[in-house]
Amino acid sequence: MRVRVRVNGEWREADPWEGTSLLSMLRDELGLPGSKNACEQGECGSCSVWLDGELVCSCLVLAAQADDRDVRTVEGLAGDGGLHPVQEAFLEAGAVQCGFCTPGLIVAVTDLLAQDPSPSEAMVREALSGNLCRCTGYQKILDAVRLAAERMAPR
Amino acid sequence: MDVYLPRTLPEALELKARHPEAMPIAGGTDVMVDINFDRHRPTALIDLTRIPELAVWRREDGHIFLGAGVTYTRIMQELPGLRAWFQAARTVGSPQIRNRATVGGNLGTASPAGDALPVIAAHDGEVIMISARGERSLAWHEFLVGVKRNALHPDELIAGVRWRTVRGPGSFSKIGTRNAMVISMAGLCLLLDEEARAVRVALGSVAPTIVRAAEAEAFAAAEIARAGAWDDPKATLSEGTLAEFGERVTGAAKPIDDIRGTARYRRHACVVLGRRALAWALADRRG
Ligand SMILES: Cc1cc2nc3c(=O)[nH]c(=O)nc-3n(C[C@H](O)[C@H](O)[C@H](O)COP(=O)(O)OP(=O)(O)OC[C@H]3O[C@@H](n4cnc5c(N)ncnc54)[C@H](O)[C@@H]3O)c2cc1C
Ligand code: FES
Ligand code: FES
Repeated sequence: MRVRVRVNGEWREADPWEGTSLLSMLRDELGLPGSKNACEQGECGSCSVWLDGELVCSCLVLAAQADDRDVRTVEGLAGDGGLHPVQEAFLEAGAVQCGFCTPGLIVAVTDLLAQDPSPSEAMVREALSGNLCRCTGYQKILDAVRLAAERMAPR
Repeated sequence: MDVYLPRTLPEALELKARHPEAMPIAGGTDVMVDINFDRHRPTALIDLTRIPELAVWRREDGHIFLGAGVTYTRIMQELPGLRAWFQAARTVGSPQIRNRATVGGNLGTASPAGDALPVIAAHDGEVIMISARGERSLAWHEFLVGVKRNALHPDELIAGVRWRTVRGPGSFSKIGTRNAMVISMAGLCLLLDEEARAVRVALGSVAPTIVRAAEAEAFAAAEIARAGAWDDPKATLSEGTLAEFGERVTGAAKPIDDIRGTARYRRHACVVLGRRALAWALADRRG
């Protein structure tokens, strides 16, 4: 079925199978492989995107449900000025091992810091409970969140 | 597979009447898992996320109506005063899940581990169902008829749940293997109904459907009366009475062994959840 969706500011069209998830449509039809496919059951968060501004697992959104809506993916974060501060912080803190969980975490952390610019460690852990790192590099990921929060704090 | 994207409730009801086999999809957090794993391939899907009538809640003459399409994130943001609802919503999945998952979907799936369900049961909630033929309602225990089975007719949608406002403290708590993002091994909602001078306790994940611990409820209400605590919030119950309440709560459980936990552990969890919930409620009244 035809789906028309605004992705990272640009209207795109695709014609996926009716049962396709937003994740598969992004990756296989729209050439946006940044969102990762790991569990397809909402457990790992590596497919995290924004749908109409809300953080969601794109593997649990039917592609047709995104029709006529706004999607923002990890590919939309870096701008002309370079990487997003959250991306920079992950690099600097060494929060990337195999990198498979990284795009989803970057999106989830960006969402968290937009809502709560200086979250406590308990809040960070709760907010990231839907993102799994199979390399278990959680300590560095928490370091990256703190670094990004400091960098992004209004002066 | 056909996918329908209705924009109004009448349109959705007409589609459901014409295609009773079509499966509604709201947040998709249960439906999409089944489709992704090819466990279930519906012949048609009806998207409910564009129907404004389902995504509302309102207060109406001493009652609250919560629409089927309200997400857990919205419950946390818009209904923080409903303590037990807030706490239950916060324990569901992760932020990504809570931003999509709905109360209607929890009722549709009717899993004994659905976290909204003990809260609905403790509030004596009624489930409102709607079809092109009209509206009907069933008490929560008439709606939830078994493990993953509900009383919805093929041409109906769940419109929402409705309950009489309860004045008094309450809580939801659950036991699982981690602190967040976990399906409950045992869940409990307790409410003190100060007007009726009653205690209400509902349990999840410890029987084929949600159960109320009626005997424990009566015991607690009588003990609170005996201690004079309905009139004097400063009055307390003894540790022994709280412990006995916990034992009576677990008497309502009919748990099984499964991958998440053993029946024995679940019975123990009910004792602890019950005792703590009653102590919290009394402490809340002391202020
Ligand atoms: C990673 C993960 C974690 C989870 N954690 C929890 C948890 O902690 N606690 C918990 O309770 N659940 C949990 N769930 C399960 C799920 O999120 C809940 O059951 C949720 O409430 C389902 O809502 P939904 O809107 O996503 O339902 P959907 O998947 O859209 O639908 C579920 C069922 O309800 C039907 N349905 C939906 N709306 C209606 C309606 N208005 N009328 C008629 N039928 C309808 C659908 O046809 C389907 O049968 C989890 C799921 C995932 C993937
Ligand atoms: S792929 Fe979507 S949550 Fe794992
Ligand atoms: S870095 Fe490998 S999964 Fe997280």
